[in-house]
Amino acid sequence: MLIRKPDSIPSSEITPESTYVSRRHFVRDLSIGSVGLAASSIARANTLPLDEPLTPERIITSYNNFYEFGTDKGDPVRHAHQLTTAPWKVKVSGEVAKPGEYDYEDLVKGLTPEERIYRFRCVEAWSMVVPWTGIPLKALLQRLEPTGNAKYVEFTTLLRPSEMPGQRSLFTSIDWPYVEGLRLDEAYHPLSIMVVGLYGKLLPKQNGAPWRLIVPWKYGFKSIKSIVQIRFTEKKPKNTWNILAPHEYGFYANVNPAVSHPRWSQASERRLPTTLFNQNRIPTLAFNGYGEEVASLYAGMNLRRNF
Amino acid sequence: MPANARVLKPIVFLTLSLPLGWLAYAIGQEFNEPGIALGADPGEAVVHFLGEWTIRLLLLTLCVSTVRRLIRAPAVIGYRRMIGLFAFSYAVMHMFSYIGFLAGFEWQVIRQDFVERAYITVSLGAVALLIPLALTSTRGWQRRLGRRWRQLHLLVYPAIALALVHLLWLTKDGYAEPLLYCAIFAGLMIERLADWRRRT
Repeated sequence: MLIRKPDSIPSSEITPESTYVSRRHFVRDLSIGSVGLAASSIARANTLPLDEPLTPERIITSYNNFYEFGTDKGDPVRHAHQLTTAPWKVKVSGEVAKPGEYDYEDLVKGLTPEERIYRFRCVEAWSMVVPWTGIPLKALLQRLEPTGNAKYVEFTTLLRPSEMPGQRSLFTSIDWPYVEGLRLDEAYHPLSIMVVGLYGKLLPKQNGAPWRLIVPWKYGFKSIKSIVQIRFTEKKPKNTWNILAPHEYGFYANVNPAVSHPRWSQASERRLPTTLFNQNRIPTLAFNGYGEEVASLYAGMNLRRNF
Repeated sequence: MPANARVLKPIVFLTLSLPLGWLAYAIGQEFNEPGIALGADPGEAVVHFLGEWTIRLLLLTLCVSTVRRLIRAPAVIGYRRMIGLFAFSYAVMHMFSYIGFLAGFEWQVIRQDFVERAYITVSLGAVALLIPLALTSTRGWQRRLGRRWRQLHLLVYPAIALALVHLLWLTKDGYAEPLLYCAIFAGLMIERLADWRRRT
């Protein structure tokens, strides 16, 4: 497993110095803030070596899709400041031994955050390289003790039209709240993380504060933000974009250059930041380059049909 | 040319150039400090900007004869050619900005998009329909074609319809603006239908 390997590239080569400084602030924020994450230090051994330059923080935090705040990629950073993220309650339900309503802090308490530098590939054929800080999803989910019947896990984003203008819009065709789901073995994969930080700081609101999923081998819409509900199910849960356009967006949504979206060829991607004269177009890799780690999850499946 | 048209024409011309002026300024900023004026994905920003203005100006072109009928201002027809040619120019710049700034002149990507992405194919149809209209926009061609000129220029309706299909098709969610344009188009068509029924 790649992420278990010790760093072959010194972290100093893949992380700008400013990040080290802010990471110290992050650790300090975590220990003095209300979030009770283990404040020892971010586990370094699990940093995924990735020989690709990081996308600048300013771009990651000002250009993204978070339709709860509007459909323009500048809308999240424009409107997300309205969001109240404390207190943050999370409802746990379904096939689980410990259902109930939890404080987000209690769910992450004691779990060690790790920095993971992952490629992030949007279904719209743009991509970034992002230094997330997250906790392994498996550790989090197992805390809740899913029963033997649990085969899938469903996540739900906050529904709060008063703070989310996109949910108030008369011209949205999305049936809020946003929902996403994973097969439990996908959720338990070591690459799947629940993200609480970005660039060594607490996760900004426009990027899905206080916590969001990151499943790096899938298109970005699977990585649901600002989660308020975790439900374990026996049957495959629905996911928002699949409900909206089932022939365009599947449940699995694994990055696959061989299967085109009707509106975007998935064979290549534009790695942000781009300039007017350099589109920075690079070939898209199967499973977003994480095939070695995750392909076995889909052994024997027709990935053209299960897109 | 009446005296007020001598003053008004340059004003209209400058007004229709304003979006281009802003765009030129923003592109200039890209050389100073990239990623600020046009955001993280400047190519996409330029393409969307020009596309939106194409549709606005195409609709404005249709407004001219409606305004002429509704407020009995025959003089406004004198501005229709200029507005139409601006709309066509924005459409062409929109297309070339896609080719250069989004596809990066990679012909493999462009060919694939033109053929396989239906929403792009319909937009090519729209531009193709506008080409003969732009070419025959001169007074000379108007004279030469006579009655057929009017018939030929009815092509503007399917062109706008295709442009709107293109916009609706590429919209993932947030239909406010596309639906507003469709509503304006529908309103202008209803007015034409009413006018046609009045006259027959």
